[in-house]
Amino acid sequence: MNRWPPKLLLRFFRWFAHPRLKDHIEGDLIEDYNKRLKKSGKRNADINFTIDVLLLFRPGIIKPIHRPNNLKTYSMYSSYFKIAWRNFIKNKGYSFINVIGLAIGMSVAIVIGLWIFDELSFDSYYKNHKRLAQVMLNQTGANGVSTGGTIAPPIEEPMRTKYGSDFKAFSFASFNQEAILSTGVKRLSHPGIWVQSDFPEMFSFNLILGSQDALRDPSTMLISQSTAQALFEDADPINKNIRIDNRFDLKVGGIYEDLPLNTTFANAKFLLPWDNRANVLNTITDWDDHGCELFVQLEDGVNLEQVSDKIKNIPTPYIIESTHEQLMLHPMDKIHLYDEFRNGKIAGGKIYDVWLIGIIGGFVLLLACINFMNLSTARSEKRGKEVGIRKTVGSNHNQLVGQFLVESIVVAFTALVLSIVLVQLSLPFFNLLANKQMGIPWLNPLFWLLIVGFALFCGIISGSYPAFYLSSFNPVKVLKGTFKAGNFAMLPRKVLVVIQFTVSITLITGTLMIFKQIQFAKNRQVGYTRSGLISVAIKTPDLQGHYDAIRNDLLQTGVVENMAESSHIVTGFDNNDAVEWQGKDPAVEIDFRDVNVTPEFGKTIGWIVKEGRDFSREIASDSSAVLLNETAAKITGFKNPVGEMIKYHNKEYRIIGLVKDMITRSPYQRTEPAIFLMGKWLSVITIRLTSETSVREALDKLESVFEKYDPNAPFEFKFIDEEYGRKFFDEERIGNLASVFAILAIFISCLGIFGLASFVVEQRTKEIGVRKVLGASVTNLWQLLSQDFLMLVTLSCIIAVPIGYYFLNEWLQRYQYRTEMSWWIFVLVSMGALCLTLLTVSFHSLKAAMINPVDSLRSE
Amino acid sequence: MKKYRLGEFEEIVILTIGILFKGAYGVSIREEIQSRLARNVSMGALHTALVRLEDKGYIQSIDGEATEERMGRPKKYFQITALGKRAMEYSKDSRNELWRAIPKMALNTK
Repeated sequence: MNRWPPKLLLRFFRWFAHPRLKDHIEGDLIEDYNKRLKKSGKRNADINFTIDVLLLFRPGIIKPIHRPNNLKTYSMYSSYFKIAWRNFIKNKGYSFINVIGLAIGMSVAIVIGLWIFDELSFDSYYKNHKRLAQVMLNQTGANGVSTGGTIAPPIEEPMRTKYGSDFKAFSFASFNQEAILSTGVKRLSHPGIWVQSDFPEMFSFNLILGSQDALRDPSTMLISQSTAQALFEDADPINKNIRIDNRFDLKVGGIYEDLPLNTTFANAKFLLPWDNRANVLNTITDWDDHGCELFVQLEDGVNLEQVSDKIKNIPTPYIIESTHEQLMLHPMDKIHLYDEFRNGKIAGGKIYDVWLIGIIGGFVLLLACINFMNLSTARSEKRGKEVGIRKTVGSNHNQLVGQFLVESIVVAFTALVLSIVLVQLSLPFFNLLANKQMGIPWLNPLFWLLIVGFALFCGIISGSYPAFYLSSFNPVKVLKGTFKAGNFAMLPRKVLVVIQFTVSITLITGTLMIFKQIQFAKNRQVGYTRSGLISVAIKTPDLQGHYDAIRNDLLQTGVVENMAESSHIVTGFDNNDAVEWQGKDPAVEIDFRDVNVTPEFGKTIGWIVKEGRDFSREIASDSSAVLLNETAAKITGFKNPVGEMIKYHNKEYRIIGLVKDMITRSPYQRTEPAIFLMGKWLSVITIRLTSETSVREALDKLESVFEKYDPNAPFEFKFIDEEYGRKFFDEERIGNLASVFAILAIFISCLGIFGLASFVVEQRTKEIGVRKVLGASVTNLWQLLSQDFLMLVTLSCIIAVPIGYYFLNEWLQRYQYRTEMSWWIFVLVSMGALCLTLLTVSFHSLKAAMINPVDSLRSE
Repeated sequence: MKKYRLGEFEEIVILTIGILFKGAYGVSIREEIQSRLARNVSMGALHTALVRLEDKGYIQSIDGEATEERMGRPKKYFQITALGKRAMEYSKDSRNELWRAIPKMALNTK
């Protein structure tokens, strides 16, 4: 008979009305509605009802926003903490796993955060870093576009005169090179650069003594504080003379604070005045002679891209050869992270490593959070009773959520404290791995804000699932004992375990692949014999022109088997020049690595002559003879290269032999064509020691010889072995970092299933007892308890293989000389993961399987 | 002396409660006011007044039965308390006093 008034309005009323008034006013409304309905129809009743409800929405009727509560909130919160702490202590095992897992995850995230911050803030030390740029050169030749920062000095002139209004400042900079500084009393070898007078101001050099203008005078130089300390100790260095490379003298005009490590010029320990006559770079007028870098500071309000576009064609008319040259501005802020170019456009570079490491860090943290969520939900059934009683006694949903969140936040903060300790302890190790100087910024409020926020976030994220899940239990069901979490509750937990292992397995496969690639490159045929080779750079004029005398003296010592000079150290042939030959397409320019050597060079380094013969001192015509490496011979296309002629620097040379390819640059790249000739440009002495003598003794003898010829320079040498090993540093660094994180990831995952296994076993104690009584063997039970986990890990392997394959394949494409993907790595890692899982789970399952059923069955 | 405070509408409501005696609850009060005074009263205004009167202690409420026409929602009956009675008397007396104080001439407005 009676009808309901519009439900929506009624619900609205119930929502806002004061609980004390709600019921009987609602009754009045319904009664009134029905009376009106009978009297004057539905429409009228609806309108009147609506008006009534809307007019009831007034202060006296609306419930207060804050529920009237007389609870002392302080004691409520303190009880949250007390209960949280008691739970923490009561379940030592779980808490330990939680805290350790989270702490490791957070440490990794903090360390990686610091590292990323350091990388991203590279070069931000300069005050005007946003307005600074480097002039880059795009050379378009037969092999496409190659981009580099090495430019020819004549570019400066048109830039200053024609486009001067776009720039505030210019400065050339030579490449950072070691030079010998001597004061008469002390001498040492430090790296430094030639720069123009604007340079110190452009790059915010902070002068402690003297002025930034010192470089305007071509006879004064600036030195860094550390150099000053090393050369003059506490004496005042201003206006003192320093002799450089025993060639020329400069006055000290000022001392600057060493730049921080994360700047491009951190290694420039002294600045030399560009206009000094000793600087060979300032005499270059040839547009083809690329030998230095050029930095500019843009005028305020000038757009970098526009200027870049304006200046791009400056060198084009001067380049007669077939190579096409264009300029481009590369912002200083990108120089460090974006150092690779494709087709004259920025194509990434180190930024990929930042992403890679960042993603790995994120994943490790994710794994730790997953552990936390898994263990908390696994315990939910145990705590279900507690929730039931709390609800019955009167706590509401929100209070329970608060309680659980406080618990997880307590754990998160304990983990945070532990992780700060861990970070502090592991930073020196990490700095070594990553070649950085990072520290915890203790006094930076932003850092604290970030990590506290971070811990809160972790606590809330990892506590949220258990908090909302547990507090939604129906107390009646839980207390009656009919509540079962069931398969549905297990599902998310299983999914999380699968995610964990997928990530860990992918990471480990990746790490193994990185090492496989490094090993592959290391196993590559070097083409010469590295051990026992030492190289000494010829820096001062004293060593030049005494080749025979030095050679004789060195051989006299008895520790030297052979010795030679060359234009380049054998681990770095970095000059190239054009060559011509009969039958070459004249439209294409082809550059070979050109290396000047003395006749003994080949024998000294032990290269392998495949065809023809090596240089010989006895044959006079060898001064116009060349050797090619195999790659070069292939490029020329000669059927029998030996005896053919090749043109270099407009002079004809006869090919007398072919040398086996050597790794002289990156071991990951194809061998480049090289041409060896007996030229005059000699800047490195290479010495092969006899294998009988000890290195220490040999070095002492060598030093006395060099003392004799070059008394003003300290005896400095490099082991070719070490120099060669340096080629692998970058890859090894990434490999080592990745392996540390991968190990941590798998460790955290194992910690997780260790906790889960112990929980599952505990839950099934009775079942195991009953099964044992009925005759199940230990093996049966072990199988029963382990197979669930093995299934999950197997599933992870199946997911991880294609993911890993895809990403690793992408990564390998970066290398020209690369190993292949091999299936055994995937098999190995999968087997390893399964074994590890079995071991972890077996600890608990075997323990449970071996327990006496009497004990487990009478546990209540 | 502000001993007893009774607003105009509150006074009408408490008087109506007195009229209805034991049968005073939301709907009946509203209908009574509407029929006697031909004055439209919204549910909101009525219940706010009731809440205020109860807070002042002039009326008390008694939980009543839940009928079918109210879909099972309980009724709440209102009764005048001793304090309420004094307040009504005070209000009436003070008006009478004021009435008496008006000179006859003043009302002779024709």
